[in-house]
Amino acid sequence: MIEQKWRPNLFELAKKPSLFTSGHRLCSGCAAGTIVRMVMMALPNPKRTIIANATGCLEVASTIFPYTAWKLPWIHNAFENAAATASGIEAAFKALKRKGLWKKDIPDIIAFGGDGGTYDIGLQALSGAIERGHDFTWILYDNEAYMNTGIQRSGSTPFAAATTTSPAGKVIPGKMEWKKPIGFIIAAHMNAYVATANPFYWQDLMKKVRKAVLYKGPSFLHVISTCNRGWRFDPSQSMIVSKLATDTCLHPLWEFDPETRTYSLTDRSLYIAKHPDQKLPVERYLETQGRFRHLFKPERRDDLIKEIQERVDKEWEYLLKLTGFS
Amino acid sequence: MTMEQMDILLNGDEAAAWAAKDVHVDVVAAYPITPQTIVVEKFSEFVANGIVQTEFVSVESEHSALSACVGAAAAGARAFTATAANGLQLMNEILYIASSLRQPIVMAIANRAPSGPINIHNDHTDAMNVRDAGWIMLFAENTQEVYDTIIQAYKIAEDPNVLLPVMVCYDGFLISHTAERIKVFKDPKDVAEFLGGPRKIPKIELMGKEVELSLNPENPLPLTFGPLDLYDYYFEHKRQQSEAMQHAYAVIEKVNEEYAKFSGRKYGNGRVVPYRLDDAEIAIVLMGSTAGTARYVIDELRDEGIKIGELRVRSFRPFPYMDLERYLKNVKVVGVFDRAQDQGMQGGPLFLETRAALYDLASHPKVVNFVFGLGGRDMPPELLRTTMDELIAIKEGKKPVFNRKYIGVRE
Repeated sequence: MIEQKWRPNLFELAKKPSLFTSGHRLCSGCAAGTIVRMVMMALPNPKRTIIANATGCLEVASTIFPYTAWKLPWIHNAFENAAATASGIEAAFKALKRKGLWKKDIPDIIAFGGDGGTYDIGLQALSGAIERGHDFTWILYDNEAYMNTGIQRSGSTPFAAATTTSPAGKVIPGKMEWKKPIGFIIAAHMNAYVATANPFYWQDLMKKVRKAVLYKGPSFLHVISTCNRGWRFDPSQSMIVSKLATDTCLHPLWEFDPETRTYSLTDRSLYIAKHPDQKLPVERYLETQGRFRHLFKPERRDDLIKEIQERVDKEWEYLLKLTGFS
Repeated sequence: MTMEQMDILLNGDEAAAWAAKDVHVDVVAAYPITPQTIVVEKFSEFVANGIVQTEFVSVESEHSALSACVGAAAAGARAFTATAANGLQLMNEILYIASSLRQPIVMAIANRAPSGPINIHNDHTDAMNVRDAGWIMLFAENTQEVYDTIIQAYKIAEDPNVLLPVMVCYDGFLISHTAERIKVFKDPKDVAEFLGGPRKIPKIELMGKEVELSLNPENPLPLTFGPLDLYDYYFEHKRQQSEAMQHAYAVIEKVNEEYAKFSGRKYGNGRVVPYRLDDAEIAIVLMGSTAGTARYVIDELRDEGIKIGELRVRSFRPFPYMDLERYLKNVKVVGVFDRAQDQGMQGGPLFLETRAALYDLASHPKVVNFVFGLGGRDMPPELLRTTMDELIAIKEGKKPVFNRKYIGVRE
């Protein structure tokens, strides 16, 4: 059982220096920047942490030469290899320490990847790094499409969402495949601490970051990261849309403890499991975003909305079984 | 005074692993591919038996092998990997990133013909595919040279005026799997001394602070590696990278000299190795293990009174155009041997660059190309002799000059 007692408190967090500075070029309303700042504040050893970043929005928007938003050692190698890069960094410090060339503790290593760099092009390197058991934390900021290149469909794009490569046409109403269950795929490696998180439920997110980084071995955090440009909503609504993702059980909050091999629900999702009447219909989430507009206009597609609701219900039931609620 | 050495029976792959052991690299990240496998097998034994304290990362692909080396090198480690053919092609994207991030990684390449059709035997097409990736590319002729060159490679790569990754290429199977008696240093500490101890990471001044060029969290200013670099700076950075490659010419020569004092072995001026060229009218230019076979034929022809010699190119990148000018300026006919495919070009890559290097000479020799040995096709002395006979005929005006001929292939 992984124990972690740290509880973030606002008074304490307010004193922390910002390790991800303002002035980066992420879009206004982008959740990725918010998530990164929360991650930085939750680091157990901020002076002894190294970041590896996959190619993507976060990487390009935070490091336009000669500027950088990062106040920690940071490396971007390529799109699909942040996990392999992190493996190499970890291996370097292990060897240097063994040889007496590095006297301090081995730094904490965090890798940030978007959904492209995690679900799709980066999955092989990530699976390899987890199988090898490197001590690093992978943080997936999941904005559910290739946003950096202009909103193309990924293995994470939800069913029925319109993207530039899965447009809502007269014949095909958006993406017709379901989102890959990445958290379960990573958990199936059986040696990684895995959790989902949502920046609206910031305390849950930060506790999980702390737990993931301190866990001796690979960790994986799946954070939903709203993208107002790609999801088509007003930038002011990011946290509201984030909240609805969890409140409708589209992005439930859970964690997997590899030591006990148990799944548990956390925070709002635990509350919903105990109070099922608090589970909101998916429509409440879908209607906030232009990428699902074709489900409501020009005519309402009750068939598709129903299909999504049934799928979400089925997956939520599955999660309740896994976590001992039914 | 040279250091104490011992004789040992090793094949080329084992020699590569032995050199990495003697350098005592910090991180090896590698993925198996024939004919490189023995490198990783042998090195795994060193790790398993506690002979080295290296961290061995058995990655899930060559792409990750080089990616992990980039991470390790950026973290301040000496990193080593090895591959061939398809594995090298899978690494292609990261080859460019490793060189532009200026990481002094060393990689052994047991050259093999790339697919398809799939073939596991030697030619140089795999290396020629990546000749513009910004890596220093050294070609060894035999097992001894594989060992020596990998040790030299770290000193070249880590030179503060260079800071570029180095490939040490040797012929798959012909060298990788052929056991030879070679000399290795008796005490690896001597190799450490040659390299000046553990890797020294250059420091730069940044915003009034002295900063180590690494991911070291102890740095007074944390560094960002691999940022987005657009039209306002990219060009300057690529220009700096090209200049580093220019610096490598002199550094390769200097390291070759230093290594000679240390080991008693020297490879020409480090960039090219001339043989019987002083009064030569005919010269051949080539790389890799075929050079030894060719010298045997050259000796035969010399006995017959033919003035012929050889220039073996050891450093393909940076390309030693100045050495080619120097050694070939008085020659009448040059035959360039490419063990690589020439798709839609006037000839093979070594030929094109050799001919270009000689163009500025007041009177330049006739330069012709032989493409040979693809997919491991043998190049025995008798076949080499026929090519040299052609060069003699060209010199005597009995045969016309041509761009390229395929040697040892059924028509």
